[in-house]
Amino acid sequence: MLPLSTPERIIERTVREEWGRILAALVKSVGDFQLAEDCLQEALAIALDKWRRDGLPDSPAAWLLTAARRKAIDRLRREQNFSSKQGDIAYLMDLENSAAAAAAADEGGEGDDTAIPDKRLEMIFTCCHPALEQKTRIALTLRTLGGLTTEEIAAAFLDRPQAMAQRLVRAKKKIKLAGIPYEIPELDVLPERISSVLSVIYLIFNEGYSASSGDSPVRADLCDEAIRLARIVAQLLPEECEVAGLLALMLLHDSRRLTRTDDEGALIPLEHQNRRRWDRGKIDQGSQLLHQVLPKDRLGPYQLQAAISAVHAQSSSWKETDWHQIEALYALLYQINPSPVIRLNQSLALSYTRSPADALSMLEEAATSGALENYQPFYAAKADLLARAGQKQEAEESYRSAITLSDNDSERQFLEEKLTALKNGSAADAG
Amino acid sequence: MQYMCLIYAKEGVGPQPGTPEFGAFMKAYMDFGETVQKAGKFVAGDALQPVSTATSVAVRGGNTETTDGPFAETKEQLGGYYILDCDDLDEAIKYAAMIPSAEHGRIEVRPVMIFD
Repeated sequence: MLPLSTPERIIERTVREEWGRILAALVKSVGDFQLAEDCLQEALAIALDKWRRDGLPDSPAAWLLTAARRKAIDRLRREQNFSSKQGDIAYLMDLENSAAAAAAADEGGEGDDTAIPDKRLEMIFTCCHPALEQKTRIALTLRTLGGLTTEEIAAAFLDRPQAMAQRLVRAKKKIKLAGIPYEIPELDVLPERISSVLSVIYLIFNEGYSASSGDSPVRADLCDEAIRLARIVAQLLPEECEVAGLLALMLLHDSRRLTRTDDEGALIPLEHQNRRRWDRGKIDQGSQLLHQVLPKDRLGPYQLQAAISAVHAQSSSWKETDWHQIEALYALLYQINPSPVIRLNQSLALSYTRSPADALSMLEEAATSGALENYQPFYAAKADLLARAGQKQEAEESYRSAITLSDNDSERQFLEEKLTALKNGSAADAG
Repeated sequence: MQYMCLIYAKEGVGPQPGTPEFGAFMKAYMDFGETVQKAGKFVAGDALQPVSTATSVAVRGGNTETTDGPFAETKEQLGGYYILDCDDLDEAIKYAAMIPSAEHGRIEVRPVMIFD
């Protein structure tokens, strides 16, 4: 509890922590996304006034839910004008009864937070429905379950607030008109729908992680937000190993947040990061999650990537890394998802367990499909392997290709330094 | 809610009349028809003559403009439709995925607008 429990602070905290829970319950009961959100906004405005005057309610969240629900009923009643179909009237009466029950519980002092039914899982499946565009899924999830404002989301995706607001309105309209349900999907489609939810969360994380150069605090917030969302889903779907796997993966990655860039914002590769500054708390949490799910033997790509990240996290240095384990994990990952990018990473591990030459042949084989042709990391990896195999000239060429393909300043700078070091015959990076 | 499932496929692609696959394909359509009838989801459904028989009509400035062919040149043509009465989009998607042409074509699922 904060030392100063002013209404403003309580509202701020309630919105931050309880927005998703309140909105999900409200949408579920009134059946209309836009109406629910508008009424919750109105309830927030009233709350500030009322709480200043009369003091704080026992449960701010339950109070907001009740007030918003009443607003919604009023609006629906006005729209129906009492002349509409029988079914709608029955629906309104149902709504009013549940609102009255909630209000009675609240006045009786029993209205604690647990009285709010938890519909966040239904809601996240709605927000991440495959009938919505990927970017819309991300924005809607952040707005609805993360409680981020439209402006914050727009800033995170370098969009104009106006455009983001329109995107969100269109999405809510589609949900309503197309009949996207507020339900946990049926078993036969559940795995695919969970994977859509997880990829949305991971995209949110990566959006924050790949841009955490420090100039925009909102983007670092995205990492925290993704971790928070994964915690909610993990808590609601405790049997799903991949949910825990994703949470572990993000915690382990995020443990290196502070060491990934230097003071100028330039990228520092894993090899040269100051491992003493890695966040031990996050590493422990991530590793512990893995210990819980890996023995269940329901492996998936998130668990495997987390396991790889955990091996790095537990190594005292780049040299001391257990490359055999990492190579084996990439081999497993490749079985599940035969992508040339995974082969690329496996080849790097192989360069330490066997030789750069062996790694190069694996890499060349992965590139035969042509899928890596314009992929910057391919040329950077190839350059590194060539340099370590003693093929200096070819290595320089590969670095130049990587530099041409890079679309990120700090990455380009990093590659240029590698190239200069190679030209000057520095052995520092030659393994 | 009522959903219209528009069946788009390239004409000439997929099982063709006169081949053994065509019999199985037609049987699959009959089975699908039976499934949605029994489940109480069927409202309407038809197959259409090929796109070469299509005529497009537009009224511009009070004049009726009639042109040969479909509105837009696309690779995939509308070959038929179903109107299904489903609880929500998830259910409509479930049934749309059972339409045999979904295997080689694509089904567009659109809610039917209700005027009240």
